[in-house]
Amino acid sequence: MSSLSLAARDASTMLRRNLLHARRYPSLTLNLLLTPVMLLLLFVYIFGDVMSAGISGGGAGRSEYLAYLVPGILMLTIGGTTIGSAVSVSTDMNEGIVARFRTMAIHRGSVLIGHVAGSVLQCVMSVVLVGAVAVAIGFRSVDATALDWLLAVGLLTLVSLALTWIAVGMGLSSPNAEAAGNNALPLMILPLLSSAFVPVDAMPGWFRPIAEYQPFTPAIETLRGLLLGTEIGDNAWLAVGWCLALAVLGYFWSRSLFDREPK
Amino acid sequence: MPSSVMPTPRKNDGPRPPAAVSALGLRKSYGDKTVLDGIDLHIPAGSVFALLGPNGAGKTTTVKILSTLVTADAGQAQVAGHDLTTAPQAVRAAIGVTGQFSAVDGLITGEENMLLMADLHHLPRREGKRVAAELLERFGLTEAAKKPAATYSGGMKRRLDIAMTLVGDPRIIFLDEPTTGLDPRSRHTMWQIVRDLVSGGVTVFLTTQYLEEADELADRIAVLNDGRIAAEGTAEELKRLVPGGHIRLRFTDPAAYRRAASALIDAARDDESLTLQLAGDGSQRALRHLLDRLDSAGVEASELTVHTPDLDDVFFALTGGADVPAHSEETVR
Repeated sequence: MSSLSLAARDASTMLRRNLLHARRYPSLTLNLLLTPVMLLLLFVYIFGDVMSAGISGGGAGRSEYLAYLVPGILMLTIGGTTIGSAVSVSTDMNEGIVARFRTMAIHRGSVLIGHVAGSVLQCVMSVVLVGAVAVAIGFRSVDATALDWLLAVGLLTLVSLALTWIAVGMGLSSPNAEAAGNNALPLMILPLLSSAFVPVDAMPGWFRPIAEYQPFTPAIETLRGLLLGTEIGDNAWLAVGWCLALAVLGYFWSRSLFDREPK
Repeated sequence: MPSSVMPTPRKNDGPRPPAAVSALGLRKSYGDKTVLDGIDLHIPAGSVFALLGPNGAGKTTTVKILSTLVTADAGQAQVAGHDLTTAPQAVRAAIGVTGQFSAVDGLITGEENMLLMADLHHLPRREGKRVAAELLERFGLTEAAKKPAATYSGGMKRRLDIAMTLVGDPRIIFLDEPTTGLDPRSRHTMWQIVRDLVSGGVTVFLTTQYLEEADELADRIAVLNDGRIAAEGTAEELKRLVPGGHIRLRFTDPAAYRRAASALIDAARDDESLTLQLAGDGSQRALRHLLDRLDSAGVEASELTVHTPDLDDVFFALTGGADVPAHSEETVR
């Protein structure tokens, strides 16, 4: 067997193991879904009237704010799901089974690749679930073509991949699961500081750079453009650039942490 | 220690059987703490080798190095004929490791753990299922196979751990303290498992802090102390290292015990059990001398036993541990 197909086989074995964990103990993933769903309902039904008055120069209805909000909520869903990945990677590394894997003649990277593939799949499923809630309460895309949808799915997957590699690094660098959960919190906080809830223009001047120069804002603006037909501009390239940079950074960070000698 | 005594001579392999594990000058430190300070090993294929030592002697570190989990700072080693540093993947393909802390996935069932191993050894699906079922049966885990491994008892986890190790049919198995924390029944089960492995031609490298265990199982024993091998040989050879045994006198009458103790001031006292212990090899002369002394003191012991040295004596002599039971300490010093 060539080394590539060996790697693929071991990675898919590891993926199956991780999916088995997720299926057997879905509470972690489902709990992480509560936050985006709650925020969605809270901002639409409780703050909705005030929030909608603030966008597009007033006069917008609640459904317009719903449309504005959903792309950001979907990105936040990904951030939240990857916190779970950081926790499960950290838990896993403290288990004897990973030491066993290290003494077996398997593809060395397969343990991490299995985690990443499992996490990306979970992110996509979470996005589908939260998206279904959004549709149920009235979210509709505007003039989105099949290509737009395809690109949207691609973007969401790319963001999932990038954030997952970062989360895996956070999980590997944390001494235990609790620490991993805390260290990975920025993945959920960053989208709160982006253009997810209000446009960057509506923020105080000193805060705008924080919202603007971070990965979530261009990704959210791109998704908005694809689903709602708003102006995308440079955001697409910025989003892709951010994702690739984060994925590569997370990959090498994780690899070097995993190759460290275990205690 | 001469290695001329071969525990399991093999007819066709000439004078020196091929080494399953050989190491020269292994060193390892963590920070400024030296854990291994130059370890040499030569373990013939098909034998059981026990690395015996107190906590912190470096047993686990040795296993970690030989199983490619960590790298040595210095020295070289071959496992199954492959060099640890240049061909770690070939070493991994030949070995199975059961660590001190069970290396099972607690979140999935015993059967799923076994199938995971089968997949990682690239067994075809049907063969994997067959091997998993067979091993589960062999280790008495068939009934628990569908339960999450986290719910298993300590002994069951250890058995599952070994069953998982065996999926790949390893030629060399490392068992790091396989019976630590197990109840006596599970310990005996584990011993039987080790014996069965060896009769199947597997080389077993085990670490233990129990002398009895090394004596029961191992063809050769190395005593590891403070990162160095203090002695190596068969159990018999090691016992010969400690001169003499001891004679034990037990009393039922406290008054007689006290009189005897004041007459035999060189004896080690155990006031709790009313026993006295004297160094001596149990020769006729030594015994007569002792009995004469008892007679002149006018006391009679309820029981007199002669002990030839056992591995405990060797162990304490070589490791000079601080928390040594009183009698052995006296025997040795």
